[in-house]
Amino acid sequence: MPSLENIANFIHNWLYTTFNATVALLLEFTIVAILVIGLFSVLGLVLIFMERKVSAYMQVRLGPNRVGPKGIFQTVADTLKLMVKEGMTPNNADKFLFNLAPFIVMTAAMLILAPLAFAKNFQIWDINIGVLFVTAISSVSVIGILMAGWASNNKYSLLGAMRSGAQIVSYELSAGLSIITIVVLSESLKISTIIESQANGWWIFKGHIPAIIAFVIFIIAVTAETNRAPFDLAEAESELTAGFHTEYSGMKFALFFLAEYVNIFIVCVIGATLFLGGWMPLHFGTNTTFNEMMDYIPSSLWLFGKTFFLIFVIMWFRWTFPRLRIDQLLNLEWKYLLPISMINLLLATAMAILGWHF
Amino acid sequence: MYKETDILKESSVEGNLIINIGPQHPSTHGVLHLVVTLNGETIKKVEPHLGYIHRSIEKMCESLSYRQFIYVTSKMDYLSSHINNHGCAMCVEKGLQIEVPPRAQVIRVLMDELTRLSSHQLWWGAMAMDIGALTPFFHAFREREMITSIFEETCGTRLTMNYMVPGGVMADVNTNFQKSVKDFIIHFKNKINEYDELLTGNIIFQNRTKGVGFISKENAISFGCSGPTARGSGVSCDIRKLYPYEVYNQLDFDEILEPGGDCFARYLVRMKEMKQSISIIEQLIDNIPDGDFQAKTKAVLKLPKGEFYSSVESARGEFGVYIVSEGGTTPYRIKFRSPGFSNLSALDFMSREGKIGDLIAIMGSLDLVIPDIDR
Amino acid sequence: MFLKEYIQDIYGAVKSLLIGMRRTGYYFTNHKEIITQQYPDNKATLNLSERFRGEVVMIHDENNEHACTGCTACELACPNATIKIITQFDISPDGKKKKALNKFVYHLDLCTMCNLCIVACPTDAIKMANTFEHSVFDRSKLTKILNNPDSKIRAGIE
Repeated sequence: MPSLENIANFIHNWLYTTFNATVALLLEFTIVAILVIGLFSVLGLVLIFMERKVSAYMQVRLGPNRVGPKGIFQTVADTLKLMVKEGMTPNNADKFLFNLAPFIVMTAAMLILAPLAFAKNFQIWDINIGVLFVTAISSVSVIGILMAGWASNNKYSLLGAMRSGAQIVSYELSAGLSIITIVVLSESLKISTIIESQANGWWIFKGHIPAIIAFVIFIIAVTAETNRAPFDLAEAESELTAGFHTEYSGMKFALFFLAEYVNIFIVCVIGATLFLGGWMPLHFGTNTTFNEMMDYIPSSLWLFGKTFFLIFVIMWFRWTFPRLRIDQLLNLEWKYLLPISMINLLLATAMAILGWHF
Repeated sequence: MYKETDILKESSVEGNLIINIGPQHPSTHGVLHLVVTLNGETIKKVEPHLGYIHRSIEKMCESLSYRQFIYVTSKMDYLSSHINNHGCAMCVEKGLQIEVPPRAQVIRVLMDELTRLSSHQLWWGAMAMDIGALTPFFHAFREREMITSIFEETCGTRLTMNYMVPGGVMADVNTNFQKSVKDFIIHFKNKINEYDELLTGNIIFQNRTKGVGFISKENAISFGCSGPTARGSGVSCDIRKLYPYEVYNQLDFDEILEPGGDCFARYLVRMKEMKQSISIIEQLIDNIPDGDFQAKTKAVLKLPKGEFYSSVESARGEFGVYIVSEGGTTPYRIKFRSPGFSNLSALDFMSREGKIGDLIAIMGSLDLVIPDIDR
Repeated sequence: MFLKEYIQDIYGAVKSLLIGMRRTGYYFTNHKEIITQQYPDNKATLNLSERFRGEVVMIHDENNEHACTGCTACELACPNATIKIITQFDISPDGKKKKALNKFVYHLDLCTMCNLCIVACPTDAIKMANTFEHSVFDRSKLTKILNNPDSKIRAGIE
């Protein structure tokens, strides 16, 4: 059966038998880079289209329906438009930082992709501190946002960037703590080990209440970390026009836009990996026929299914809730999410030590 | 008066940041320009600047006859154009001492209340959008569309009606006016509960509005606030109750008063007013008396020498028309008392020491329509 | 006690959020109430009300006759000088001079659809039409002459 694992192995073996080791490694780098960039552009198109359709149906509209059947090429058309648009740089902006910022945001998003497992044994780099790597790199994107806000020489951008800085730094705490809950339960930082520990059941089922609480907190925290409504204070359309990317246009704006959606995808993959079993199919107890049927579905589909479900939930938040105010946002983190996740971590640790989970 | 030196003085204060919100900004609902002095995120001072959509409507009216000037007023507060037209027509009638036929009175009240509903629906969506929820806007427009269709059927236009004329209304109601209004009422009674589900009960919305933009009863009076803005502070100021016009004194409805004085109180006033408007429409829709829809008037209207004032309760507050006549066919001077202008004057007071997000929420709760303020 | 309030707060908050999500979730799955009008596609079924004020037109009957006497009542009623009536003197068969309409000039670009001219017209010669697609490439095309060429006033209209 052709799976992503087999294809990857085949290419790997072919490269190493045909070329010498250095050339083969370089070629693998190139292939991976092309695949990542390809994944990003496809994801951007798909997710933006998905967001438009989700918002449209929630708002009793039809959404895009002119370009292509049911409007599926709308985002392609928009991308083309953004590409041919002039990328303006404001006169008094810090030109170097202004032009650098979108790339930093984008690169940070790309780096997180490295340890993620997209299918069974299909992973760029199975580093043994995978989860730590993800949490560490995800805080880099705030530098790009601050840089954009500062370099634009615009007061709206500056306010947006400052808000975003306060927000991302705060919410990283509870996101980290809820990730640690799973690390405690699965006793590993390595992504592949965490996924294999869920072979007999996903953590959200096995981990009882602490895992569910950690999951909810994780979803809230990553929504805030990716600057999505109801936590989109960095952009806050009605307050700061467009926040940190007010002054950006053309492809530089598109990079910010793309990075936002790629970040959502990545945090949802992480959420699916940690709590919903990654590429592990859904298994119920010892019901073998059901389990076998589930095994027939390719592992990559499982991961993407779970990820898109989480993305849908985050979009659902966005199109339902009003925006929080900056002080309320920090209150929510420091007065509610952080204490709860600390107590939750304690509970999970006790549970892991006593072996109460399945 | 604002001078350039002021801005230098303010910005020289340590840590202060001057930011121009508007005239092109997503949440100023048009071309309002606010010069906001910030300290971090905290608002120290808000200075509204007007004049970006000043069309000198009052001056224009001086060269238009008493029939003609009414249509211009629909373009002031374009969300309650029927009510504006109504106020002007009433003032002319007062001067000419025209008795409006009962049928016309009932049609006018029905149109006023439908306008109030449509205006409040748009406000509901716009306020939600200011606070960051984008979905309610479309839900509100879904219902508003039904009202504009009713207007289109009877008045021929959807926004700037010019349907009220001195002496009555321009044309009789359409034959299926009653049916479409009843359909709308049935539909809207269900939907207003959805509004509550979507926004009123929402914890984020409540946190954003409760205790924000507080203005006391005394201050609301001294700023000259009217309409839902004042009633949200517990000031009884409903013209329909205090100085009843047309058939309002025969109707059974409540003046909504909320003691809170914050954005949420103003929000609740408008939500409850929508229910009152539904009740008024329900009382009248089956009881439109027969008869003329317009009193007999002369071809050329000439107001006697003197001064005339009449006011109506628009969706935003007291809308007053003051006409000075020299006895000719055109007014010597016209002054409109627009509710938005006085309500806007309280914005600085309400939003001081708040956050930028609060300022936007307060602007939403004031329900500003800039052409109404600027005229 | 503090803990109880804390937990109640959280419970109430989450409940209110879920109620809102149920509402949007309902609309996501139920597409019955979609209000979008796909405008250029639905031209055939587009239902404009009879009274819709699109533009002023002059009513002509099958003999190319209109009812306008050229009395300029509409011109006087118009608040923004949208209408300009150009009159001429017709010689009636019995040798009398009679004022009649030469050109009914209508500036659509100035018109605000206030309907005052229609109300003012004593002979119901003009009416509001339902058309609304008025965009043109040249502003001069918005100045229209409403009476058809060679049209005459209907007999008996004074």
